[in-house]
Amino acid sequence: MELDPLLLSRLQFVWVIGWHILLPAFTVGLASYIAVLEGMHFFTGQEIYFRISGFWIRIFSVAFGMGVVSGIVMPFHFGTNWSRYSDATANVLSPLFAYEGLTAFFLEAAFLGVLLFGRNLVPRWAHFVAALMVAFGTLLSSFWILSANSWMQTPVGYELINGRFYPKDWFAIVFNPSFPYRLGHTVVGFYVTTAFVVVGVAAWLVRRGRSVAEGSRMLSMTFWLLTFLVPLQILLGDEHGLNTLEHQPTKLAAIEAHWDTGRRVPLVLFAIPDELNEANRYTVEVPLLGSVILTHDPNGEIRGLKEWPRDQRPPVAIPFFAFRIMVGIGLLMLAMVAASWWLRWKGGLFDTAWYLQACQWVAPLGFVAVLAGWTTTEVGRQPWTVYGLLRTADSVSPSLTGSDVLISLVGYMIAYLVIFPAGLTIMARFVRKGVEVAESEPEEIESGRPGGPVRALPGSAQRHGKAG
Amino acid sequence: MEPLVLDFVPVWTLILGIGVCFYVILDGFDLGVGILFGFQPDTASRNLVMNSIAPIWDGNETWLVLGGLALLAAFPLAFAIIIPAVYFPILVMLLALIFRGVSFEFRYRDAEHKTFWDHGFSWGSTVATFAQGMVLGAFIQGFQVDGRHFAGSSWDFITPFSIVTGIALVFGYGLLGAGWLVLKTEGELQARARRHGRWCFLGVFAAIVVVSVWTPLMNTGIASRWFSWPNMLLLAPVPVLTALLGWLEWRSLNNNSEVAPFAAAIGLFLISYLGIAISLWPMIVPHVYTLWDAASAPSTQAFLAVGTLFLLPVILMYTGWSYWVFRGKVKADIGYH
Repeated sequence: MELDPLLLSRLQFVWVIGWHILLPAFTVGLASYIAVLEGMHFFTGQEIYFRISGFWIRIFSVAFGMGVVSGIVMPFHFGTNWSRYSDATANVLSPLFAYEGLTAFFLEAAFLGVLLFGRNLVPRWAHFVAALMVAFGTLLSSFWILSANSWMQTPVGYELINGRFYPKDWFAIVFNPSFPYRLGHTVVGFYVTTAFVVVGVAAWLVRRGRSVAEGSRMLSMTFWLLTFLVPLQILLGDEHGLNTLEHQPTKLAAIEAHWDTGRRVPLVLFAIPDELNEANRYTVEVPLLGSVILTHDPNGEIRGLKEWPRDQRPPVAIPFFAFRIMVGIGLLMLAMVAASWWLRWKGGLFDTAWYLQACQWVAPLGFVAVLAGWTTTEVGRQPWTVYGLLRTADSVSPSLTGSDVLISLVGYMIAYLVIFPAGLTIMARFVRKGVEVAESEPEEIESGRPGGPVRALPGSAQRHGKAG
Repeated sequence: MEPLVLDFVPVWTLILGIGVCFYVILDGFDLGVGILFGFQPDTASRNLVMNSIAPIWDGNETWLVLGGLALLAAFPLAFAIIIPAVYFPILVMLLALIFRGVSFEFRYRDAEHKTFWDHGFSWGSTVATFAQGMVLGAFIQGFQVDGRHFAGSSWDFITPFSIVTGIALVFGYGLLGAGWLVLKTEGELQARARRHGRWCFLGVFAAIVVVSVWTPLMNTGIASRWFSWPNMLLLAPVPVLTALLGWLEWRSLNNNSEVAPFAAAIGLFLISYLGIAISLWPMIVPHVYTLWDAASAPSTQAFLAVGTLFLLPVILMYTGWSYWVFRGKVKADIGYH
């Protein structure tokens, strides 16, 4: 069998970015949560926020470290495996990537140190500012990378000369048509994902009778947040869908498995899309609802996949199912939030065993939804890297052989299968220790980052008058 | 209709040059500390050695991302040819950096597997350095190019020359790391760092001689650049300064100076870097494309230069501040209390 460097490069990209995206999905939300907790502690002076913040900062440090090392891999992939894509798009996209590094990565690196072990070294307000800066850095990073991704989905503001893109209007490039929707939908998705992790961990702490006060506070805070964010996310998703219908009709047709153009189309709830025969099997559908949801008009027209030649259509089954997994999880989350209102009203949010158990089960589902949503949008963009303009097949590095990429893919698989379970184990260990052990924790540190800045910096205790 | 008369290529050459320079020196010394970590005889020394770089290593590594992205942004043709040509050394470097990077956190959070993460740290540092050295060697030798693509095989990077530059860089980063440890430690550990530094210096010195002789022999263009008249006279300060810095390095490793070993090692790196730049100028894909051939669109360079020229000084201020916070000797009681 001939090994295909294109297919293997795509698999490799899926592998490295699929693992990587889990970390920003967690750290973007967690950085903001920590900033909120630090702010609550700073302004109210309540110690409980301080303890909760310390607990999550420890978990954050591991997740962020893994995000950094798995993130360094990404820009190099543009060169190693996608050199023709790099050559064609660099004039337009590279400043967006570079601005991510310049505005976000250095900001995060500089203030992370203060956040992790600067609590006794700098004044309280400065520690709060450090938390804000790290959170701001993660949002700036999301801004630039999603701008670049969105331009690949909805390219504008360029001029195409000899197969290479040249910038004409930077504002149009950065704020391309799908960017505001994608940014909103992704960042809120990251927040919701993190919030359900917080909820799951808090439910576990409360059920085990460990750190009950802190766990209850986390549950209460987070469900208030989710009360707004989950409905907002569904609204943003709907708007994003309208945007996709307008700018990426093939992706939308694949998501909905619509083969024929028509008005008053049904909503396909379930089907097995059959790409060979251009039809669906075992279809379960609701009449009219397709047009209503997708165009907000019962007579709205949806273009079917048959309007495009086969070599310009994305795969159908993958975005179709991935989209349904994402939406299903969203609805389940909405049900969890609705139940939280009921329980809160009844006064049973913190001691209803089945509900706390359910919170634990739902905790990892945000990550599944993020991966499913990402799969929907990226597979839906195929067969293009730049929608309608640059084919994925024309993006791969021409010098690579199948065996080259197989070797690298196996290398990344082994590395990530060691690193990610190890990181997860360490984070789980922090959770199991509970919130209270925060103070005594440095005693267990044998090495690595200095346990505390006061000890790391001789003389600082005297300077700041905050010994020990 | 092109109102843009400003040529940003020199600006970007300078920014990229400075970025790579910062990376090589900053991550160079902390990768070097990682290399020497493996030669520490006991846990207490290993803890101290790691603590000396723990608060600053991730900032240092960010320069690698910046260097890669600056090459992509300013000279995309070079990026699209060079990076696939060094597919495997880049792969090996990234995998090694992953293991080394997580070892900082995992080593003391995961006590059962501490030995594993210790090895991950020292071998990760060594292998990443060797891979970077091979990238450098392959770069100096040049690549087989067809139009806008690398046309060779992914295995072309393995040559006797690139293996020598790989080993050379391990000694080079080791020397920087030893200089850093002399600066940051005391007593027995410092004496050991001086000893390691002397071994590394011998390796570096041999490497400088070998590479300086080999490079012009490999390429007549480079030979004529250095040995034609009057270049020979104009460039004479480079070898003279190299010899002077070498003497200073050796002397300071053998006496009591605490700052000089690190400073002279940085000097040796800068002068070697300058030597390579003189040999290759003005090519960015050696022997094929100049900096101007490979440059991105003027509008791209301008758009990014505006922000970069503002942000880089700010970044240098952050970086300087974080080094200031962790100044002074690493004490035995800092990490485990």
